[in-house]
This record gives sequence, C-alpha cells and structure tokens, in this order.
Amino acid sequence: MSKEITQQTTGQARPIEYTTPAVDIHQDGDGYVVEVELPGVSKSGVDLTFEDGKLIIIGHREQKEKGGRVLLQEIRPADYRRVFDLDPTIDPSSIQATIEQGLLRIRLQKAEAHKPRKISIN
Amino acid sequence: MKLIRYNPVAKDLWTTFDRLNSLRDLFDSALALAASAPLGYREWFPAMDVREDDHAVTVELEVAGMKKEDFDISLERDVLTISGERKAERSENTGESFRNERFFGKFSRSITLPTAVDATKVTATYNDGILTVTLPKAEEAKPKKIEVGVS
Repeated sequence: MSKEITQQTTGQARPIEYTTPAVDIHQDGDGYVVEVELPGVSKSGVDLTFEDGKLIIIGHREQKEKGGRVLLQEIRPADYRRVFDLDPTIDPSSIQATIEQGLLRIRLQKAEAHKPRKISIN
Repeated sequence: MKLIRYNPVAKDLWTTFDRLNSLRDLFDSALALAASAPLGYREWFPAMDVREDDHAVTVELEVAGMKKEDFDISLERDVLTISGERKAERSENTGESFRNERFFGKFSRSITLPTAVDATKVTATYNDGILTVTLPKAEEAKPKKIEVGVS
C-alpha cells in the first residue's frame, strides 16, 4: 500500500494545502507513542508511510455534502499532513497504529539491538 | 497602566515614549497571564461550525480523542452550551515527553441560536472526533409556503 500512496501524494503537480495536526510524543516503556489529532478522519482516511527514515502521516477528511447557510466556520476543511524523522534505532517493522475518535496513536519500538539490556555478572 | 490625556496639539517626544511604555505594560501583562498556566492545561476552545437549513440548526465541534460520556450539552432558552473535559491518557510506562502540542482539561463553548428550536428533539452524535448536535427548528420557525387561492 505504501508505495502507491507515496507516489500518488508526492507526484502531485499542484501543491495541496494541508493542516498541521497537533502531536504529543512520549516515551512508553522501551518505545515511543505518537498521538496525532485527526478529527474528521476515519480509519480508511489515514495514510501512514515510512520512507527514507521518515514517518509520513496523512489524514484525509471525509468529504460530506453539507447544505444550508453557514453561520460560523472555524473548522478547516483541509486534509492533515505531518512528517517526522525517525531515530535510526527504531525498528520500522514494529510500527503499529490505531485510530479512535479522530486520535491516531502510533507505537514505535526500538530495534532489539538498541534496547537497553541488563548484563548479569557471573 | 497610566491613562494619558489625548492632546493632539502636544507633539512632545516624551509623551510618545510614555504611550509606548503603557503599551508595553499591556503586552507584558497578557504574556504573564498566558505563561501562568501549565503547558497543555491552558484554557482551550475547540473549533466549531454552525449551519442552518430549513429544518434544523447543526453544530459541529472538533475534539479528537474524547469519550462520549465526557461531553455535556445543555440548552437554556436560545443558548446552546457544549462543555467537556479531555483527560490525558498516560500509563505507568509513560516516560519523558518530546512533544506536547495537544490541549487537555476543561472547555466550554456557547452560541446563541438564530431561531427557536424544539428542545425535546435535540440529538447528538460523536464520530471520528467530531461532535454533531442537531437542533430541529420549532414548527413556528420553519419557513412556510402560503398558497394563495385565486377566486
């Protein structure tokens, strides 16, 4: 999935406007948890790509036809995009993600070789 | 902050400096207020959209990662208030933070509705981080087509 989507999103001729989502990153055990706020994005609207050491997060908003007169508009209708450089100690195959009520939670694990190890003395 | 009498004739340099000083005081007090609350727990206002059609007023509030029980929606006369609290989910494994851009804590938003609504028919759904409150218009507020008979 990743390759197709990457080409599709990077090969665009005209620039697309994106909103930068708010992100929290914290250490969790041996790995990291990245929390990305993507309100308006369902599970199928998330494109998560790992390429060249970069984690690319794209969230496509569900486009719904909304009728009527607009009295107040504060919600930006643009899609979301955010890119992070991942530490080389992170194992790309360990990346797992879930989305619940517009909150994308990405779990990153350090590669086995980089995990802290306790050495016992004989 | 000092009050300076407005005097368009006096072009004294020192008066201008005085004015700049009082402006600086104003900025300083605003900055001090913003810095007093801990990061992520400042007052925050989720983005809101309001639409109106012939049948209903629809209010959407953008708040990701909440639980539906944590919203409080109330209608008092023609004022709709949506409030709630977002709690940070941290386990005992949670360690050092590298980015803290999300807001947590209490929020509250109110709007005055443009027309009378039927309070008994108000519904709310929470989906993909967007709270949608639908307020059907009261019968008397709906536009009516009046047939004029020609005799």
